[in-house]
Amino acid sequence: MNSPMIHGRRRLLGVSAGVAVAAFFGTLPRAFASVEDVDKAIAEFAGTGSVVEGGPLTLTTPEIAENGNSVPVSFSVDSPMSADDYIESVMIIATDNPSPDVATFHFTPASGVARASTRMRLAKTQDVLALARSSTGKLYRVGNNVKVTIGGCGG
Amino acid sequence: MAAKPRVKIPKSVAAGEVITIKTLVSHKMESGQRKDSDGNTIPRDIINRFEAKFNGEMVFSVDIDPAVSANPYIEFTTKVDEAGTFTLTWTDDAGEVIEYSQEVVLAG
Repeated sequence: MNSPMIHGRRRLLGVSAGVAVAAFFGTLPRAFASVEDVDKAIAEFAGTGSVVEGGPLTLTTPEIAENGNSVPVSFSVDSPMSADDYIESVMIIATDNPSPDVATFHFTPASGVARASTRMRLAKTQDVLALARSSTGKLYRVGNNVKVTIGGCGG
Repeated sequence: MAAKPRVKIPKSVAAGEVITIKTLVSHKMESGQRKDSDGNTIPRDIINRFEAKFNGEMVFSVDIDPAVSANPYIEFTTKVDEAGTFTLTWTDDAGEVIEYSQEVVLAG
């Protein structure tokens, strides 16, 4: 009972000392998005609506990102894209980046298809979320895990 | 702000066709996360908005955050029902705008 606790305390002291040293040299570990930050980003996009997992939304990301500075991301939402029923917005969220927002794409019926591609920076291995909202108030969500070997947030 | 954008838009389109537009603009997209050798944070400086209009009407736009990679690549689609002009704009944090225009004619 006692041994693991003592080891735990020693390890905690070691980590604290490490952080103190890092702070002295001005290289404090970068903060990453908290669960609250991610929830806030989702709430701002989704409002009070209920979000359905998957549905017409697909998110394409690599399983392993060779370079965290430039990770391809694309998505597509199956939709009539008519004046009465089209996808208004899709938001991409990197749940473990220093800041979760990646980009928000806005569509119109003239888009023809609600799809887009870009390249993003991922600081480390994490879940990437896509949230989609239609003009009729429907909300969809998909999450993919992306493994990152070399982080891409300027480290 | 940035170098001239490289844009791929088909020049001739069948009426009603959904075309794919690919865009690339050079910009370092300084995220505001990096520190210089003295430990000072390098301030954020990014392109934060992209807009695509066809014959003056907004078709597609993106609110861009610092997690978008340097030299932002944006690919999207547009349904073209008539001939006209695409106007694409990229706006940065300082409010500077880069604009690119291209005509599209209907095939056949």
